[in-house]
Amino acid sequence: MSRPTPRPSPTELPFYEACARGELTLQHCEPCDRFLFYPRTHCDHCHNPTLNWRRVSGKGTIVSYTVVRRAVSEAFTAPYVIALIDLVEGPRMMSQIVDTKPEALAVGQSVSVAFEAWSDDIKLPVFKLHGVLGK
Amino acid sequence: MAKSGLNSTCALIGMAESDVGIVPDKTPRELCVQVTLDAVRDAGLTLQEVDGLITCNAFAEPIMYHAEAVAEYLGWQPRHCVTVNTGGGTTFMAIKMAAAAIAAGMAHTIVVAMADSLRSFMTREQAMVVQSSSGHPHYEQPYGPTVPAYYALIARAHMDRFGTTEEHFAHAAVSCRAWANQHPKAQMRDLISVEDVLGSRPIADPLKVLDCSLVSDGGAAVVITRGDLASSAAQKPIYLLGYGEGHAYEHISQAQDLTTSAAAISGRAAYADSGLTPDDIDLLQLYDCFTPALLIQIEDLGFCAKGEGGDWLASGISQPGGQKPLNTHGGMLSYCHPGNPGAMFGLTEAMLQLRGQAGERQLPSINTALCHAQGGIMSSHATLVLGNERLS
Ligand SMILES: [Zn+2]
Repeated sequence: MSRPTPRPSPTELPFYEACARGELTLQHCEPCDRFLFYPRTHCDHCHNPTLNWRRVSGKGTIVSYTVVRRAVSEAFTAPYVIALIDLVEGPRMMSQIVDTKPEALAVGQSVSVAFEAWSDDIKLPVFKLHGVLGK
Repeated sequence: MAKSGLNSTCALIGMAESDVGIVPDKTPRELCVQVTLDAVRDAGLTLQEVDGLITCNAFAEPIMYHAEAVAEYLGWQPRHCVTVNTGGGTTFMAIKMAAAAIAAGMAHTIVVAMADSLRSFMTREQAMVVQSSSGHPHYEQPYGPTVPAYYALIARAHMDRFGTTEEHFAHAAVSCRAWANQHPKAQMRDLISVEDVLGSRPIADPLKVLDCSLVSDGGAAVVITRGDLASSAAQKPIYLLGYGEGHAYEHISQAQDLTTSAAAISGRAAYADSGLTPDDIDLLQLYDCFTPALLIQIEDLGFCAKGEGGDWLASGISQPGGQKPLNTHGGMLSYCHPGNPGAMFGLTEAMLQLRGQAGERQLPSINTALCHAQGGIMSSHATLVLGNERLS
């Protein structure tokens, strides 16, 4: 059993193409001077239909997290960490925090992006604790 | 500005519940059929005197035209028939649709019936996967979140912001169980302590298994009619004094605020519609899918200040003998939680209490109740204010 894997729509494709290159990119709305996530056809603030993809830092902070002790399906091995991360550019993402011990986690900690293969074609952003820089 | 409310235009005159908990001998459709008939009979009516049927779909037995299938099973051709599909908030939004049709003069009397069998007609794994499918298919589900994990994210944020503790959440489970202990039909009746909750099996930190609602079978139905027709009904009518709803987002990763929900919006609207305040509410029937959800609703519906839900629960105010009885049937944490119909049992219990038919757990003095339902991950909210007297 494999983990659920996105099948990108044309609108989303640039996001996943960038992930495959090891880059985190987000859509940016010029009139609002604001990044958005998840990918959309229109800005979710002013509804401008012309959005530009920009590479972002991949850095953020943990807004909340949980250690999943009972996996959702056989495709996942518990325990694993699900978190909500506020990127420094503004938008919030759900992701996993990898390569960490649960007791090392706290709200407000700094994290940075890494990429992990979900299938032959699809890589997804995951996050790692940003070491002492977060303190 | 559009009027959101019900303001006594309608009343509940019939109700029924199936057996709840583990009910392997009837399919979800059969449970829905049973409670439809029983609720109409409770109202002293026949199906021919009822104009319409609203149901929600069942995870364990999805049917494309669910309400029509239930009507067909009964050999009934109602003038109005619709299946709603908004998750746990389904319940009271269906009540609103029925009341709106009645207020518009399109119907006199409508049955709202819901049933599902997550326990006996699905495996545990199927039930988990189908419920977690509410997550965003591209930006949440690939990471493997469970429904408890979504609520754990809310719980952790509340702990971080307000100093809420795991003990505070545990008090919510203890309170619901204390009420279930007095209900002969409740799925889980043995009294539990805060220590029992804290020591139960970890599911998604900080939530343990006793912070999570049950997985059950069961169905319930109510009959709604025009307020001015209700006084001649077979049962004491329960008036819909006020209604409000609020919709903040669909996916938890898109929530602008993790610790204040749109229950604050639905509650404000329902209070304004009814002219009542939290102080006027005698019975709280809230949506306790997980203990943090219950704690946040108590705050957002104005029963205590924001951030003080934990202390409110720990005070024992919601338990038998307390001043603000909460989920007197035991809630979804201890009575039953068959999925989408979960909040129906909060409503039928409020009706029993307001009629004075709640048996051993009957509250001595009760004129008003507030029922709350929510769907998604604290995404979509509906609040009903009920009373046993019509607003003049
Ligand atoms: Zn914009």
